[in-house]
Amino acid sequence: MSTFLSQQVPLSWYLLLSAVLFSLGIIGFLIKRNLITVFMSIELMLNAVNLSFVTFARQWQFCDPSTQGCLLAQAHAVKGQIFVFFVMMVAAAEAAVGLAIIIAVFRARATLAVDRIDLMKL
Amino acid sequence: MHLILFIVFAGLCLTGAINLLLQSHPINSALSLIVVMTSLAVLYLLLGAEFLAAAQVIVYAGAIMVLFTFVVMLLNAGREERTMGSRTWRAVGFPAVVAVLAVIATVILKAQGLGVARLSDGITSTADLSKVLFTELLLPFEVTSVLILIAILGAVALARHGHGDSDGKTERTAAK
Repeated sequence: MSTFLSQQVPLSWYLLLSAVLFSLGIIGFLIKRNLITVFMSIELMLNAVNLSFVTFARQWQFCDPSTQGCLLAQAHAVKGQIFVFFVMMVAAAEAAVGLAIIIAVFRARATLAVDRIDLMKL
Repeated sequence: MHLILFIVFAGLCLTGAINLLLQSHPINSALSLIVVMTSLAVLYLLLGAEFLAAAQVIVYAGAIMVLFTFVVMLLNAGREERTMGSRTWRAVGFPAVVAVLAVIATVILKAQGLGVARLSDGITSTADLSKVLFTELLLPFEVTSVLILIAILGAVALARHGHGDSDGKTERTAAK
């Protein structure tokens, strides 16, 4: 049981997962043709970055208490998680304003296809 | 245990993200995004961030995605039409994405001193988090509340009807 519980995962796997999720978000941003889905891809990228913040916070959490700068590192760990909290709040605000803009655009153009919303195109 | 949980939920995460790209109906994309966010919450728990896991479920999977599905329903968004876009993004976009992923992956794999995550490592408690948040970082916290207030006002101002019908009509004719 103890070996079962002590199985470990390298933090680099979490970072790789975060990188792959971020790339999938970029691809979605490029290939999706619906305004709402494009917006969802942005949310996906935000989530991917949050995951790497939490992973780095974990990295700083554990250190030898006798070494210099250990307390500082642990403070960094807590602040890393708080940064994710702030990102979440900003994302909530961004989602509210972004969706309001989408509703306004839909009201003006009666379409959600990004190809048709081209008034500012040269 | 940790390894199994990581593989299961990382797999769910990736499946959800790929499904988001493949689905052509926005509501299906929104539901797969909820899968991604919920499995990310489990990964946060594995990394010892209990408060963030709860906040992820409540704020992202709850509030933000409800907003998304609500807008999808409100606008009656149908299937998206697949257009191939310009040739430029195919020539530049995909290689750029692959290059970004390759650079990040190389940096991560070459990084020295990255630790490991175990289940027995313990968690950062909400008390630890709030101690720092409400003492050292009180000002940024309060500023964020102002930001949220401004966002609410902006959302209401943007989403309500234009001032009177004539205004809306001119907008519509201009759009044509």
